[in-house]
Amino acid sequence: MKMPLSALLGLTFTALFFLAAIFADVIAPYPLDLAVGKVWEPPSATYWLGTDTIGRDILSRLIYGGQVTIFVATASSLLAFSLGAILGFTAATQGGLVDQLLSRLVDLMMAIPSLIIALVVLVVLPRSLITLILLMGLLDATRVFRLARAVAMDIAVMDYVEAARLRGERQSWIIFREILPNALSPLVAELGLRFIFAVLFISTLSFLGLGIQPPLADWGGMVQENKDGLIYGKAAALMPALAIAVLAISVNLVADWVLSRTTSLKGGRGG
Amino acid sequence: MHPVIKLVTQRIALGLLLLLAVSVVIFVGTEALPGDVASAILGQSATPEALANLRDSLGLNEPPLTRYLAWMGGLLTGDLGTALTNGQDIGQAIAQRMGNTLFLAVCAAAISVPLAILLGLVAARYAGRWPDKVISGITLSTISLPEFVAGYFVIYLLTQVFPVFQPVAMIFPGMTFWAKLHAVALPVIVLVLVVLAHMMRMTRAAILNVMQSAYIETAELKGLSPMAVIWRHALPNAVAPIISVVVINLAYLVVGVVVVEVVFSYNALGKYLVDHVAKRDLPVVQAVGMIFAAIYIGLNIVADVVSIVANPRLRHPK
Repeated sequence: MKMPLSALLGLTFTALFFLAAIFADVIAPYPLDLAVGKVWEPPSATYWLGTDTIGRDILSRLIYGGQVTIFVATASSLLAFSLGAILGFTAATQGGLVDQLLSRLVDLMMAIPSLIIALVVLVVLPRSLITLILLMGLLDATRVFRLARAVAMDIAVMDYVEAARLRGERQSWIIFREILPNALSPLVAELGLRFIFAVLFISTLSFLGLGIQPPLADWGGMVQENKDGLIYGKAAALMPALAIAVLAISVNLVADWVLSRTTSLKGGRGG
Repeated sequence: MHPVIKLVTQRIALGLLLLLAVSVVIFVGTEALPGDVASAILGQSATPEALANLRDSLGLNEPPLTRYLAWMGGLLTGDLGTALTNGQDIGQAIAQRMGNTLFLAVCAAAISVPLAILLGLVAARYAGRWPDKVISGITLSTISLPEFVAGYFVIYLLTQVFPVFQPVAMIFPGMTFWAKLHAVALPVIVLVLVVLAHMMRMTRAAILNVMQSAYIETAELKGLSPMAVIWRHALPNAVAPIISVVVINLAYLVVGVVVVEVVFSYNALGKYLVDHVAKRDLPVVQAVGMIFAAIYIGLNIVADVVSIVANPRLRHPK
């Protein structure tokens, strides 16, 4: 099992981002919300990436911002994953009315772009962390549902599942002990794609001013608050955008590699 | 009935049903959510009188079904009501901005579709060799970028490193066509980048799929050049999946346009939508959200109809 260079690079960068997020308090040189220098200082030994539009250290904000982005994306993709997988397995094993209802509901949610649904819903809902995580998890669960249902459909007709049914096992036993272990490998690759989708989604919402609200910061919001710097030609203003791009591409490289090794089934990531 | 007509009618009927269901989601969804619309709009410090006034002007005291039917009726007759924040007529505001959004989307489509097919053909012709690897590598990285990130890279490159464009896109009624085109160049480039990758990859995959057929081998064996084989024999047979993926990606422009308009402060429908989500102006968001959803679903129906009509097996039933 030799790892291609691209997957190795992707894995290294992903690990670095997660470590930086976990140990943000230890490695960030300055606090998140303190103007420590002058406005738009160039990168120097004191401020490695320079300072932002009101004189805060960009590197420190990038590290703390990454913490929020990665936390929200992890939480919502885990939610999407578990919700989608459990409902997908249930639909596949129950069949009949339950399957019809769930599948049509998912069709309906996937008939319009997630961003449009999110925008409509965010008119009314409070823009708190928990709302955003629930909203993104729910919207993204639809894609996991389709994949999980398709995978479980193939497994549900296997002899060992039939055997479990005949000896009278409960529904939850069949889902968690018979189907889940056999469906895990295609679904794990999907988890990577869901994570990227969540990173891009929360960044886009924050960029539009509807995601993470101050005093918290995340990468999408940082792109928005530093946009003037870009027009004045400060390359440091690109850093949050670059961070999003590098994280997305790194996880993509790993997921691509896992996918190519495990299965030909792929979930969509558009919308 | 001819099977094609039957399938197409079914598909369109299904699409209309879906549109109806979506209108229910957009209208009822915002009200079934926990929390009261009126207090969400006014914030926590609202006085009870202000709340009661707003509830009254929103018509929240009427039964939901009555309100939904009135909203739907208004939507169909073009009466979209007035915005909460400034009392402006929503229909008029949309009409003023619709043209700008369409101009942006049409420009992006007119560039990205031919370019994607051309790049897809080249990548398929040189599959596995360097032109394919370069094209696939670049498109793979643009696919993983959200619109606004791509937008900022393009802004930095084309206004700072090579200063040829303005970072803000504004068009006025009096501008000449060419001046308008120059003004929207940056947002169009970003939109093209965003949709190009998917279209190009699907074109490449569709062509490579056809390339395995026996008639392609015949064409190769009778000595046609590789490009002639692709152009005369592979492309016509791959056209159905290509058209359908092209239309689906054009539908994706709906999302792209919303974000890109905000990036470039381009005064059109998408920016209008986002601004009014921030202001919690429910009637505006419902109306514009419904328009975007309708365009998206409509284009998806077109994609399905095209692939039904272009399928020779259905066109000539046994």
